Amino acid sequence: MTSSVKGHAATALAWCCGIALCVPVLALFIEAIKPGADVFSQMWDTVLVDYIRNTLLLVVLVALLSLCIGLPVAWLTAMCQFPGRKWLQWAMMLPLAMPSYLIAYVYTDLLDYAGPVQMALRDWFSWQSPDDYAFFEIRSLGGAAVMLALVLFPYLYLIVRTSLVEQSYQLIHASRIMGCKPWQSFFKVSLPMVRGAVVVSLALIAMETLADFATVHYFAVNTLTTAVYDTWLGYGSLTAAAKLSVLMLILVFAFIGLERYSRRKKAVFERQSKQDSDTLYHLTGIKAVMATGYCLTILFLAFVLPLLVLVQYAIDNFDVAWNEDFIAYAGVSFMIATVVALITIILSVVILSAQRHSNRLETHWIHRVPSVFASTGYALPGTVLAIGVLIPLTGLDFALNELLAKWSDWQPGLMFSGSVFAIIFAYVVRFNAVAIGAIESSFNKISPSIDMVSSTLGLGRFKLLLLVHFPLIKKGCLTAALLVFIESMKELPAALLLRPFDFETLATYVYQYVSDEQLENASMAALTIVLVGLLPLIFINRLATQESTEK
Amino acid sequence: MKKFLLAAGLLLVSQVVSHTAVAADDDAVVNIYSYRQPFLIQPILDTFTKKTGIKTKVVFAKKGLLERLKREGKFSPADVVLTANFSLLLQLSDAKLTQAFASKTIEQNVPDAFRDPQQQWIALTKRVRNIYSSKERMGDLSQVSYEDLASKQYKGKICTRSGKHPYNISLVSSMIAHHGAAQTKQWLLDVKANLARKPQGNDRAQVKAIKEGLCDLSLGNSYYYGKMLQDDKQKAWAQAVNINFPNQKNRGAHINVSGVVMAKHAPNHDNALKLINYLTSNDAQHLYASLNMEYPVKAGVEVDPLVASWGQFKEDTVSIAKVAGFRQQALALLDETRFDLN
Repeated sequence: MTSSVKGHAATALAWCCGIALCVPVLALFIEAIKPGADVFSQMWDTVLVDYIRNTLLLVVLVALLSLCIGLPVAWLTAMCQFPGRKWLQWAMMLPLAMPSYLIAYVYTDLLDYAGPVQMALRDWFSWQSPDDYAFFEIRSLGGAAVMLALVLFPYLYLIVRTSLVEQSYQLIHASRIMGCKPWQSFFKVSLPMVRGAVVVSLALIAMETLADFATVHYFAVNTLTTAVYDTWLGYGSLTAAAKLSVLMLILVFAFIGLERYSRRKKAVFERQSKQDSDTLYHLTGIKAVMATGYCLTILFLAFVLPLLVLVQYAIDNFDVAWNEDFIAYAGVSFMIATVVALITIILSVVILSAQRHSNRLETHWIHRVPSVFASTGYALPGTVLAIGVLIPLTGLDFALNELLAKWSDWQPGLMFSGSVFAIIFAYVVRFNAVAIGAIESSFNKISPSIDMVSSTLGLGRFKLLLLVHFPLIKKGCLTAALLVFIESMKELPAALLLRPFDFETLATYVYQYVSDEQLENASMAALTIVLVGLLPLIFINRLATQESTEK
Repeated sequence: MKKFLLAAGLLLVSQVVSHTAVAADDDAVVNIYSYRQPFLIQPILDTFTKKTGIKTKVVFAKKGLLERLKREGKFSPADVVLTANFSLLLQLSDAKLTQAFASKTIEQNVPDAFRDPQQQWIALTKRVRNIYSSKERMGDLSQVSYEDLASKQYKGKICTRSGKHPYNISLVSSMIAHHGAAQTKQWLLDVKANLARKPQGNDRAQVKAIKEGLCDLSLGNSYYYGKMLQDDKQKAWAQAVNINFPNQKNRGAHINVSGVVMAKHAPNHDNALKLINYLTSNDAQHLYASLNMEYPVKAGVEVDPLVASWGQFKEDTVSIAKVAGFRQQALALLDETRFDLN
């Protein structure tokens, strides 16, 4: 009886968290059902179909590219032994720290008609004009997809790799003993087992792509985000913009729901088994060279090359790019990212542990919903989310001031919407989906029998979470912390709009130059974004090595 | 780890507290919402602070400040809003987020045409929508007009940034004001047919494309020419083009303005007025002209010598309010003609 009461309390708590996190989306939803969006019919007749097609194409391309890049890298580093594996397995996370607007800028500079690559080609072959030769147009839908995939594939890599490492090696051994070739055991055993992780990470990548505005705008690719901004800022209809955003959200969650439905009867639970060098495939000769070469190429394109270009900018423009202020901005960015990472992890663990309540294969919707609610913020374009945050927070501020006015003269003004609180709230809403995604795939692997045994032995819910579950999901939590931290370091539009006076993060500082296509002047600060984003990687790497030596 | 978290937490609390204490009664501050990049206006604000002792605080964003102002209502800390184009001035006053302001200084410094009759906004600087042309390939185009861009002789020769950028929207609005919607639509279709590539990049990027031989003509604001000439890397781009002031034979070149409004609930009203007065003064107008190569609105303030070297030109005198009234229609035409799409 007490256990079930506690269970209800946990569910209620999860619902509270979930609802709090989707308040901004709800606010937009309410805005969306207001009448008056005649902008639509006109846009539908003219450009909207193209925008939708571009959006779908972009999402599919980015997802496919991320899969093609991320899955092999994840599998290689998790399952194979090859030269450089040890450092590559953490180095492959580095591209995460590279904001997409930076990589887009750098590659455009390199590859467009006036860039050094095409100039060299023209010199070499003495071509005169663009008609003389065909070259990949970087400012295109394809270009944007490649850029986004290069910085987003680490999601898939990290989440799938964690999942592969946590999978039961006995199963692989068994499949091999029963005569499966490595490829067969990959397709028949490993892939089905990590399917959940693949889908979760692809969903994150898709949402991030949907929400992206900076890259597609820079590449002159018109997507639904373009339509959202056009209707809102151009036609002045927040209602129409909110309608579009909500529509995008519904689409995303329909997809996710469909996938979940399709694997509703399948669940994979594993006991962690020790991974040692015997369980790895040892690659030698040409295979080893190819494995290392593949990882190195990806790493070079997604991280090393853009970083080198940034360093080059910084050296060339040192006198304008160096500015002592941005050390302080780095501190602000770092602090906010840390706080946001901690909050999202706590919230996600609370929500997900309540979801485990039922101990059945199929979780009841009542336990399912909070985690969906808590993930809604991720697919919204940042500025739209910022408005979604402003609506309830200013409402709260007004209510609070009115309440206080009844008893005293003191009016605190915009305590929530006008302070750092608004920014942190917006970040948490936006990135909680990332934390949920990363932790959920770890959570789902814990066999219900563990819960049953624990409760038979008299362990309460809280102790179960703390003593049994937490050690098992620690890796997932670390992955989540890392992802959220780095995302928060890079986040731009919400901070830009919600910040208090004289509040500057590295990203907002860099933006004022990027928005004028003068990244060179802020190249030092841009480098700092990347470098500070890397700090937790080092921390996590050290933790991982400690763990393996303990074993 | 614990200590670190504690420190982070304390820092956070102090941030929240310090930023919450929005100084409504503090008489030495003015709060600015700015659509213009801080690095463009900071030197001017610094001089203001030095002169008056009034500190300035800035929030810069390119999107959504209007919505923020609306939501913040009577508690908004903002005193003034600086914009980079006239549509925003009118959008802000249409949304009833501004209040009337006036002073002798403003009346003396800012000509009638650049002041709202209802005193809701004033313009601070002017910028021209120029047509840049390749020195090497185009010859003398000093008599070119916006209408000429639709001419078949320029097929495949024109570059521009997105049609939906505010600067282009206001140009299209002014075309509607002069020629009506139907003709403007045809003009847009013809210009689109003449484009060398899909609209992309900013105004500077188009000049760069001319330098590289990708196109021969581009649309761009006047001050970029000056700023590029001052930049080591971009100097070569600017040197490859001529700056042309369009429609000199008839109505004159299209003018956009940057400007300022006073927020409806400005907590530091007097300081805000002092700032606005200052922004129209010789000092500030001169700084605008020399730092950002813009044309001051105040008569008698000299433009930068470099800007002066481009010569005198005739301005389109159609009223700002009239042009701004066609904004939504302009946007609709850009959608109808699919100007930004392939």
